[in-house]
Amino acid sequence: MDKLLVILRNLDAEADFENCVTLIDGGILDSFDIISIIAAIDEEFGITVPAEEIIPENFNSAKALYEMIQRLDEE
Amino acid sequence: MVFTTYEFLILLVVAAVLYYTLPRSFQWKLLLAASAVFYAYSGLDNLIYLAVTIISVYLATRRMDDLLAEQARGLAADIPGENAKAYRAAIKRRRRRLMVLCLVLNLGILVVIKYTAFAVQGADAVFHVLAKPEDLGFFRFALPLGLSFYTFQSVSYVIDSYRAKKAGYVERNPFKLALFISFFPQMVQGPISRFGDLKQTLFERHAADADAISAGALRVFFGFFKKLVIADRLMPVIRALTAPGDEFAGAYVLLTALVYAVTLYCDFTGGIDVTIGTARIFGVKLAENFDRPFYSKSVAEYWRRWHITMGTWFRDYIFYPLSASKPMIRLIKPARRLLGDHIGKRLPVYIATMVTWFATGLWHGAAWNFIVWGVLNGAVILISQELTPLYGKFRSKLRLGDGKVYGAFEIFRTFWLMSLIRVFDVYADVPRTLRMFGTIFTDFGAGKLIANGIAPLGLSLADIVLAAVSLAAMIIAGAVSRSKPGSFNSVTFRVSLCAVLALAVIVFGKYGLGYDARQFIYNQF
Amino acid sequence: MKIYRFALILAGFAALFFGLQRLLTPKYMSGVYDGALIAEYYSETKNHEVIFIGDCEVYENFSPMTLFGEYGITSYIRGGAQQLIWQSYYLLEDTLRYETPEVVVFNVLAMQYGEPQSEAYNRLNLDGMTLSASKLNAVNASLTKGEDALSYIFPILRYHERWQELTPDDLRYFVSRKSAGHNGYLMRNEVKPVTIIPDGAKLANYDFAEVCRVYLDKMRVLCEENGIDFVLVKAPTIYPHWYDEWEAQIESYAETHGLLYVNFLEHIDDAGIDFAADTYDAGLHLNCSGAEKLSRYFGAILTEKFGLSDKRSEPAAAAEYAAKLRDYEAMKTAQRSEFETNGKAVTFTYSKS
Repeated sequence: MDKLLVILRNLDAEADFENCVTLIDGGILDSFDIISIIAAIDEEFGITVPAEEIIPENFNSAKALYEMIQRLDEE
Repeated sequence: MVFTTYEFLILLVVAAVLYYTLPRSFQWKLLLAASAVFYAYSGLDNLIYLAVTIISVYLATRRMDDLLAEQARGLAADIPGENAKAYRAAIKRRRRRLMVLCLVLNLGILVVIKYTAFAVQGADAVFHVLAKPEDLGFFRFALPLGLSFYTFQSVSYVIDSYRAKKAGYVERNPFKLALFISFFPQMVQGPISRFGDLKQTLFERHAADADAISAGALRVFFGFFKKLVIADRLMPVIRALTAPGDEFAGAYVLLTALVYAVTLYCDFTGGIDVTIGTARIFGVKLAENFDRPFYSKSVAEYWRRWHITMGTWFRDYIFYPLSASKPMIRLIKPARRLLGDHIGKRLPVYIATMVTWFATGLWHGAAWNFIVWGVLNGAVILISQELTPLYGKFRSKLRLGDGKVYGAFEIFRTFWLMSLIRVFDVYADVPRTLRMFGTIFTDFGAGKLIANGIAPLGLSLADIVLAAVSLAAMIIAGAVSRSKPGSFNSVTFRVSLCAVLALAVIVFGKYGLGYDARQFIYNQF
Repeated sequence: MKIYRFALILAGFAALFFGLQRLLTPKYMSGVYDGALIAEYYSETKNHEVIFIGDCEVYENFSPMTLFGEYGITSYIRGGAQQLIWQSYYLLEDTLRYETPEVVVFNVLAMQYGEPQSEAYNRLNLDGMTLSASKLNAVNASLTKGEDALSYIFPILRYHERWQELTPDDLRYFVSRKSAGHNGYLMRNEVKPVTIIPDGAKLANYDFAEVCRVYLDKMRVLCEENGIDFVLVKAPTIYPHWYDEWEAQIESYAETHGLLYVNFLEHIDDAGIDFAADTYDAGLHLNCSGAEKLSRYFGAILTEKFGLSDKRSEPAAAAEYAAKLRDYEAMKTAQRSEFETNGKAVTFTYSKS
């Protein structure tokens, strides 16, 4: 989880990634950020995020992202 | 069938009456029958293409669904044992093959019908493949109604079916699937719906609800009003200002851009209003396709508010799959080394954006001006993205306070940017468009604009005033409904407004033969 | 929503719809008066011994007032601008729903038009008909490119663009119109002599179209079934050219079916028509004095051949036509003085006395 937070903070130092649940809906992350996150996930966790996972439910909060990563890891 | 015809109104009324008088189990079947009538009206041979799409999509998705069920059974019974991963991968490969085949077939139909002539034209320019120019006509095929729209809707369904994790996503009733693909209000200009969104509302049973029917009817009439009273009234102005040969001064180019923005908005949203209103009359909720696009503060935002379902389609099925794909992601490291950190990590998005916009332009039409238009949109979005920090500095330097003024500037800027980009639609070809842009700088001619008055527009003063008044009414109505939501909620009010709009369309709509007093100069007989 | 509210809105809509339709439909009380003629028939007393059917060659060349004044023949001209033969047939059918005349006179110029010609002329002939099966049949046979039958049932669909061109006439005549015709005769009491008599251009084909023959026959049969004498005429006009080949076909038809056919071109001198004084447009149509001369001549033929009674002795008819004649003479005087003073007549409508 910490690794994930580091990735996120690299994109936007100010946002409160620990608590915010509207990262996509609130416009804090845009499509550039999403791709950067996916690239970083690939690099740090060795996990490929398929396109159908790129939905607000998975990216709206750090927690949701983490759950997605764990789920993809198992598959 | 075209929306603004008597036939469509008759179909709508007859279908609506039957819909609510027949037993409710017939409702979706009635919609399918209505869709068949609607579609067959534009030519029975078109039905063949539609049938091929429906059948191929049905077979492919059902098989994909069966394979998922088989996979679930296999895993539960622990058949593959240790090799669950390989087993799943094998099923995935088989499902993927089905998807690819189905997509190749359906997109192939679209490509061949729509782009063969364009490709041949291009080949001819380089290799002189045509014996004589007229031969190109041989490669022009008539487009079945709504081909681009229903093909994309089917593609989204096929891909979504592939992406499904569990069996049961797919529609196993071929007729229900046929309705999803051919639902008549959507056939003309979208919205491009997702199966997940439409599934329930399309097939469930609907009780006659005065609220929904009156809201739907009002929307339909409003759509007719926008199209027949405003858009069709202003069309001749566009034709007059962009007629080949008449090279107008730069000020007229800006005027053309402005009038085209308004005309296209009224025409497109008017058609969508008829679409969504018609569906609503049947109790079916379709996704909105427009959300006050001219209030956008950036081009990127504009494309989240204009032709929304097209934007989300390209985003979900081209942009994200491309930009998040392994090869693209793997590209970042070397790109960062070669091109620097800033560009390097953005490279997948840049490439995916340009590809997506190239495709978007191409989807609009098989001509260079559409491609240029698409690529231009993509470039402007990327450039605006890069300029954001600069604009931020500009804004803080100006210290304009609460942001309303700056917001207005952003809206103004975006409106004009989009209006000028859109102009590629309107002049016959790219070189001409570029030349016309040039005149904005070389020969603005504001004086000419004032001196000529309304004459070059090709409209009478009464027509211009009417268009202006109608636009104002439209904008005010929109503002009222937003500031006081619920002001249009009473059924009585809606029905009365329908009557008013109907009269407005009957009297002021641009339809039928124009009255020309000169025709009646009876001279001999 | 309560039913009564819905009904109220519907009623309001209907009122506005028909009100606007009435406002926007042309009134033909200025400029093109020919359009007013067809509709004027319906308010007449339907007691005519002779009905004229056809194009401008009937409604500008025959004067029912003269026929009554000289012979006591009651007649009416159901004519319209460039009336096509199927329009004539259905108009006749329409007329026969109201009365059965003794004689129907048809001008054969229309035999040359085998196809719908012009939307404008369609309107002048068809708009005035009251809604009936005959009207719908006539409409469907006449549609030109771009026209649809619905716009004849609801003329607002055709004339809605007139909102930009409304004239004071549209309000003035919103409720009721004045009259333009005198039993269907459109008066022109001006003079413009004939200067040249053009030759007809050579045609590729002189045969009348099949559809015209069919409708001519239908008219003959319709008259036969109703015990009416069907008479063919050709008005004595200089232009358009009446070809010998056409003449031959009509003569042959008349002979085959034992019909009276009078080609007035051959009786110009007999009727005393003088093309220096009896035409208002250099020979396309006769003027008032020409029409009266022609009617005087034709009236004698009609009385002799068909034994029409002299209605001048019937008090009802006498009173009716006395009023009509007053209006007729008044307009004649007005037009003559306007022509002599200003070179053109302007009084083409009148209120019935």
